[in-house]
Amino acid sequence: MVRFEGIGLRYGMGPEVLRDITFSIEPRSFQYLTGPSGAGKTTLLKLMLLSLKPTRGLINLFGHDVTRRQNDALSAARQRMGVVFQDFRLLDHLTVYENVSLPLRVKGRDEASYRSEVIELLRWVGLGERMHSIPPVLSGGEKQRAAIARALIVKPELLLADEPTGNVDPTLARRLLRLFMELQRLGTAVVIATHDLNLMDQNDARRLVLADGYLHVDG
Amino acid sequence: MLTAERVLRRVRGALHRAGARCGRLWQAVRQGAMSGARLAAGQNPAMPEIPGLPSGLKREQPLIPVDSTASRALVAVIAILTFLAALAGGAAHMVAIASSDWRSAISNEMTVQIKPDPRRNIEDDIARAARVFRGAPGVAEVRIVPRAESDRLLEPWLGAGLQLAELPVPRLLVVTSSRSSRPDVEALRQSLRREAPTASLDDHRLWVGRLSTMANTLILAGIAVVLLVTLAAGLAVAFATRGAMAGSHDSVEVLHLVGANDAFIAREFQGRFLKLGLEGGAIGGLSALVVTVVLGWISLSWSSGPGADQLKALFGAFEIGWTGYLIVIGIAALVALIAGLVSRLTVQRHLRQMA
Repeated sequence: MVRFEGIGLRYGMGPEVLRDITFSIEPRSFQYLTGPSGAGKTTLLKLMLLSLKPTRGLINLFGHDVTRRQNDALSAARQRMGVVFQDFRLLDHLTVYENVSLPLRVKGRDEASYRSEVIELLRWVGLGERMHSIPPVLSGGEKQRAAIARALIVKPELLLADEPTGNVDPTLARRLLRLFMELQRLGTAVVIATHDLNLMDQNDARRLVLADGYLHVDG
Repeated sequence: MLTAERVLRRVRGALHRAGARCGRLWQAVRQGAMSGARLAAGQNPAMPEIPGLPSGLKREQPLIPVDSTASRALVAVIAILTFLAALAGGAAHMVAIASSDWRSAISNEMTVQIKPDPRRNIEDDIARAARVFRGAPGVAEVRIVPRAESDRLLEPWLGAGLQLAELPVPRLLVVTSSRSSRPDVEALRQSLRREAPTASLDDHRLWVGRLSTMANTLILAGIAVVLLVTLAAGLAVAFATRGAMAGSHDSVEVLHLVGANDAFIAREFQGRFLKLGLEGGAIGGLSALVVTVVLGWISLSWSSGPGADQLKALFGAFEIGWTGYLIVIGIAALVALIAGLVSRLTVQRHLRQMA
């Protein structure tokens, strides 16, 4: 599903922040991407999301070499992914309901066709009563849940989540983890970037460990 | 007693009917208030409430945030530009109609001028000159302008009440050509010289040429103004789109990351600017139509003035007709379309640069 071969990335003329990254992600797999703060977890997720282009190496996504592809070709690949950003990236002028349904709207689906799915998911993540609110009035945890709901609404083939439990209480964190595992069981490959050891200890999943720009695969 | 009972029954009946009417009125007021509340909440009053969704939930807002102040300013700019372009287009159309009218009127007429000569009888010369034209191929009508009418033509220069009998005032013949075939002007001129040596023939060619040049210049100037104003509207929209893109950078990035392609994002901007363009175009176009109608009405009230005939001859009546109205509406629609198209192209270029 995802294959990185000898990927290197540098910003401008600076040193390489990621070096010789080679790994693959199989369908229906579950892995944590971990490492100390500033190790490049978010950067690696951005490379998978195709919002950054590598300086060298090859990225193969869903069976296609996407390293040199143009924007429009990348959007088709992005529609098969769900992403939870560390900073949520919700659109402040839209309601929670509209933010969560955004990927479906982008896909061109009619509002009536996804209404019940969005309501159900919002209720599940505990935002049933906040669907009319706009992000600036939500708490950090509520924004986190809205961002997760937006990533899940498309039933993605690949879910990339950057610190998805960073702003929620332990109970909800466990609940969200169960949801991610359930998604994996249903066929989604899940990559969770985190440095929360408690979270990683809750299931026996492969760990992609980033340190000093290099990637080590455990498990 | 019977009468009192009947009155009581009638009062009861009236009260019952009034109560029923009040009930219906209350229902209508209640429904109206509910529709108003839904309208205030941004919902279509005709749209039924959807189970599971809070009432008044906004569901399909524009994906690109709307800066209402900038939008209002852009609508005002587009309205002003459309107004100017529509007026210029309408004026060019009016001059085109008027010039076409007087060009065909003048080019169908020739004037014969017979100068008085003490050695000749002017009435005989007039009759001979008229004979030259009557029956000539291409001539439809020959009219001898009476002496009194020729004298009246001099009144604007010499004043009224002057005895012109002693002055050598030329006499005139108006020759109207046939619409189907043109007369041979040169042959007629030679025949006229033989029959009446003091007569001269003016086919207005020089005058028509000069007026046509002036009218064509006015029409071209009108078209140039329309094109320049349309270009200015396009540039205004391009700058506004770039501003909107800069202000919506985060939204555009999020849209990209959830799978929107450039065409989708460009459509979002295009739809918004097309709407603003239509709004501005409609305001500007309608204002131009109102101004045209008002000016037409004012020109009618001035039609009894001394210069009205000359102005009417040059510019025609202050009316643009259905074609003129269509031109004004067309210009408004063109400005709106350009607004949509320019915003789309600007967004696509900006997105390519971002990529």
